[in-house]
Amino acid sequence: MLIFWIVAGWVGYCLLPWYGVEKFWSLEWLLDGWPLDKDYAPAAVLVAMGQKLWLLPMALSLIAPLAVMGRRKSDPVFARVLIVAGAFGFGWLVAQGLGIGLRGFTAPWLEALFGPLEDRQFGMGYGAMITATAFLFLLTTGIAARGAVNGDVFVMSAIGGVIAVVTIFVFFPIAKMLMAAFVTDDGGYSLLVFFAKFFDARIWGLGCLSGGRCGVAWNSLFLAVLVGVLTTLLGLAFALVLTRSGFRYKRVLRALTVLPIITPPFVIGLAIILLLGLSGTVTTTVAEILGISPTRWVYGLPGVLIAQLLAFTPIAFLVLIGVVEGVSPSMEEAAQTLRASRWQTFRTVSLPLMRPGLANAFLLGFIESMADFGNPLVLGGNFDVLSTEIFFAIVGAQYDQSRAAILAVVLLGFTLGAFYLQRFWLGKKSYTTITGKGDAGVHPAMPRGLAIPVYAVVALWSTFTVVVYGMILYGSVVQLWGVDDTLTFKHYLTAFRVEWGEAGLRWTGSAWDSFWTTILIATLAAPLTAALGLITAYLLTRQNFAGKRAFEFGTMLSFAIPGTVIGVAYILAFNVPPIEITGTGLILVISFIFRNMPVGVRAGIASMSQLDKSLDESSLTLGANSWHTFRAVILPLLRPAILAALVYSFVRAMTAISAVIFLVSARYDMATSYIIGRVENNDYGLAIAYSTALIFVMLAAVGLLQLMVGRTRIGRRTSHAEGH
Amino acid sequence: MKKPAVATAVLVATTSLSATAALADLNLYCSAQEEWCQIMEKSFEEATGIDVAMTRKSSGETFAQLQAEASNPKGDVWWGGTGDPHLQAAEEDLTEPYVSPMRDQLHPWAIAQATSAGDKTIGIYSGALGFGYNSDMLAKAGLPAPACWEDLTKPEYKGMVQMANPNSSGTAYTTLATMVQLFGEDGGFDYMKRLHANINQYTKSGSAPIKAAGQGETLIGIVFMHDAVAQTVAGFPVVTVAPCEGTGYEIGSMSIIKGARNMEEAKKFYDWALSVEAQNLALQVNAFQVMSNVGAAKSDKAPDMAALKLIDYDFKTYGSSDERKRLLSKWDSDVSTLPQ
Repeated sequence: MLIFWIVAGWVGYCLLPWYGVEKFWSLEWLLDGWPLDKDYAPAAVLVAMGQKLWLLPMALSLIAPLAVMGRRKSDPVFARVLIVAGAFGFGWLVAQGLGIGLRGFTAPWLEALFGPLEDRQFGMGYGAMITATAFLFLLTTGIAARGAVNGDVFVMSAIGGVIAVVTIFVFFPIAKMLMAAFVTDDGGYSLLVFFAKFFDARIWGLGCLSGGRCGVAWNSLFLAVLVGVLTTLLGLAFALVLTRSGFRYKRVLRALTVLPIITPPFVIGLAIILLLGLSGTVTTTVAEILGISPTRWVYGLPGVLIAQLLAFTPIAFLVLIGVVEGVSPSMEEAAQTLRASRWQTFRTVSLPLMRPGLANAFLLGFIESMADFGNPLVLGGNFDVLSTEIFFAIVGAQYDQSRAAILAVVLLGFTLGAFYLQRFWLGKKSYTTITGKGDAGVHPAMPRGLAIPVYAVVALWSTFTVVVYGMILYGSVVQLWGVDDTLTFKHYLTAFRVEWGEAGLRWTGSAWDSFWTTILIATLAAPLTAALGLITAYLLTRQNFAGKRAFEFGTMLSFAIPGTVIGVAYILAFNVPPIEITGTGLILVISFIFRNMPVGVRAGIASMSQLDKSLDESSLTLGANSWHTFRAVILPLLRPAILAALVYSFVRAMTAISAVIFLVSARYDMATSYIIGRVENNDYGLAIAYSTALIFVMLAAVGLLQLMVGRTRIGRRTSHAEGH
Repeated sequence: MKKPAVATAVLVATTSLSATAALADLNLYCSAQEEWCQIMEKSFEEATGIDVAMTRKSSGETFAQLQAEASNPKGDVWWGGTGDPHLQAAEEDLTEPYVSPMRDQLHPWAIAQATSAGDKTIGIYSGALGFGYNSDMLAKAGLPAPACWEDLTKPEYKGMVQMANPNSSGTAYTTLATMVQLFGEDGGFDYMKRLHANINQYTKSGSAPIKAAGQGETLIGIVFMHDAVAQTVAGFPVVTVAPCEGTGYEIGSMSIIKGARNMEEAKKFYDWALSVEAQNLALQVNAFQVMSNVGAAKSDKAPDMAALKLIDYDFKTYGSSDERKRLLSKWDSDVSTLPQ
């Protein structure tokens, strides 16, 4: 492995074009003047020609490891040389990339120190990318050789790799954006201005206690706590009905709970307006029966709350179902054998074992609500929340980036607070229930006192979901939603027309372009997201290393910040060298990976904390290394988590809007930004028809994923009847 | 066998993904409605053979993007959207001065927009501010039809008027600036305070109030008149009103982005977009603004600008950052905090 990476480093430095080429994957550069053409030359050739001399010092880091290749791993010189070479090479590469940009030195103090630079450089390309990876690997191999994490090279490299990508694609852009919070009107930086803006009454005002309006911070906090608690309870109710009851149509129920997660933004909001708005069916009917005049009651907290509950309960459900299934029936059976009643068993055994799931579900609901942007936009009325305020601080008539950054700081503060509260609540207890030992029990049914309210809630909620989706489906086949109810298929035809022309099949519908782009990007992003998320979860639950808390926090960060901020941050960070990827499809894929990775991490952690460590240990004792253990033992037991991560990231890539709206380009338009364009343009029929089509595509995709990933077989009886 | 197949698929997919947008001959940022943007893109391609890559975003979003991309611009020309962000971009030196040979065919207001910004932007269409109401709801409630700005403050419309928040919407800022110019600063703010008592919601987006009126979620929405007309044409029971006291207007604008990579093509587009041929495309997509070319066709559904009482809107003063900040913070502290 070491030899491979040393060779890779040399190839990246001496053979591949150092700077970015116009088309990332095309090999045009091979025929177009490489290796001597200035644009395509490898670093070594550039240096040999006397150009870009600042690339020279990296060669030292490539030479040094050659000297120690023959040495044993336990030799301290081996470790020291690799660490120094890797760290120096990587550090230098980053420093020169940040320090020298399109217009020479990027900071005034560099110019003051070295004098003006006549040269410039563009974004990094394959050469730089591969060399950087090689340096990183040298460094982690060196650290592992010194004995860190038991000298395990796989674990150390995984940690190094995750830290590197999270730093580049999460910390770096966000830091760039947050710097704006300290910018004064005339372009300088000041703490005083920050505090003055931070303690603004429009953010923290408490007017609502005395009949006025409260600051956006309190609005968001209140809404998020409410949504977090309620989605967790609803998700738990659904999970209980599915695992601990004799309910017969579980499949239907399961599909129903997943439906809202695959619905593009704005659609739920529009349906709720048509049902509960001032002229909505339900509002007018109820008003007529009660003999009062209809009101705009739904605009504000009630509307946003309803829409968010609809949208985010499935996330809580996806997290909880794995955990609720995973709770060991043996423990529950043991409790019952000891004469505990069903209720006692549930309260003292089942529920406490579900705590990691409950805590994670709450955290996700809380964060999702904080960052949600589509629902408050449509249904918020005068109830302002942080996410919409941030969006309009950036794109509205204010154009106030520093206000946006300050609101983002507030939002981040809340999500971090929730994160630590969750850690505190979980404490240091063990929630392990899946061990290597046989566990052939069956989950007991819910106690009756619990079953009745749970059934009632699930029935009510399911009915509501069905009605909302009925409205949506109906809306896509009428002329003009809410005005002209003539049935028609014209919206589908406009969007998805296909014609046989002279040149064969022609996709003439207006939606096809964005449709294919969306599918492509979602398909690329989903497996990468799941992989990164689960590896991170594995590191967090199974390995101990210094700075683990900070590491965990970093992986959650991009999720806690609303997409709008991420979108602008990405443009600020990646439009200029060293990494220049705006306007490409790549930036969309990357933004999805890092936006959605936290769900993979959370689902992975929740499932993994149920797997007994003795499973890993026995695998390791039998001679497998940690990579093999991860692949052959842990991964198969994680199927629910893998599925959750895959489904979630695929679906989010198809339905997310807030970050996307800044990152789409002419060539890479996404379905959601197209739909919003239609909504803005009053073309509700087309927007809803497109959304409906997307819902079916996603349903098919989710089914396909479920088939591919398969189910975890934990070796339990499936029911009383089949068990014997 | 399976792995190479997957790897190839990923490779092929990413190949098509990572080709940058810079390959097109012209990168157009478009801030008008989707269909209008598309028809402009296609027609220009047909007329010149230049390959266009178009991105549609609201004018605020585009302006934010121009700021973010300032050190390495990706776009060439920015077409459409209300004039203020274009003026602001000119003020921040994000756009390039250009004097088009097409200028002598334009209305004076379009050229005035250019001269006020040092030729860095130009008017392509204009639309007057007004309001619209839902005629079905009005009949049901048995209320009189409003005809003037002053009518909107009458107590019978309490909780039935919707407008956008001037902090987030250019349309609503134009409303505020119009009132200040129409009634004087004190009179204008006094009007906004009385109007505030009748407002049921300050929406985020400028055209949202009239969409809400179309769906029956509010009775009256204060918007640009062409947006209200578009609702009527789309089939909603919306009636457009030109306020009797007179009204302000916006000038939809176009600018060339400073440091554009395809400057030649950008200028070609700029000249073409000012021609009668290009401006007549508006009617095909139900855009009822008045176009800047004197010879452009007019729709009989569009509000007749000549019959309106237009104020002499001072774009230079009210489009400047300082005046905007001052008026908005005054509105924030004096109007938005009042009880309703």
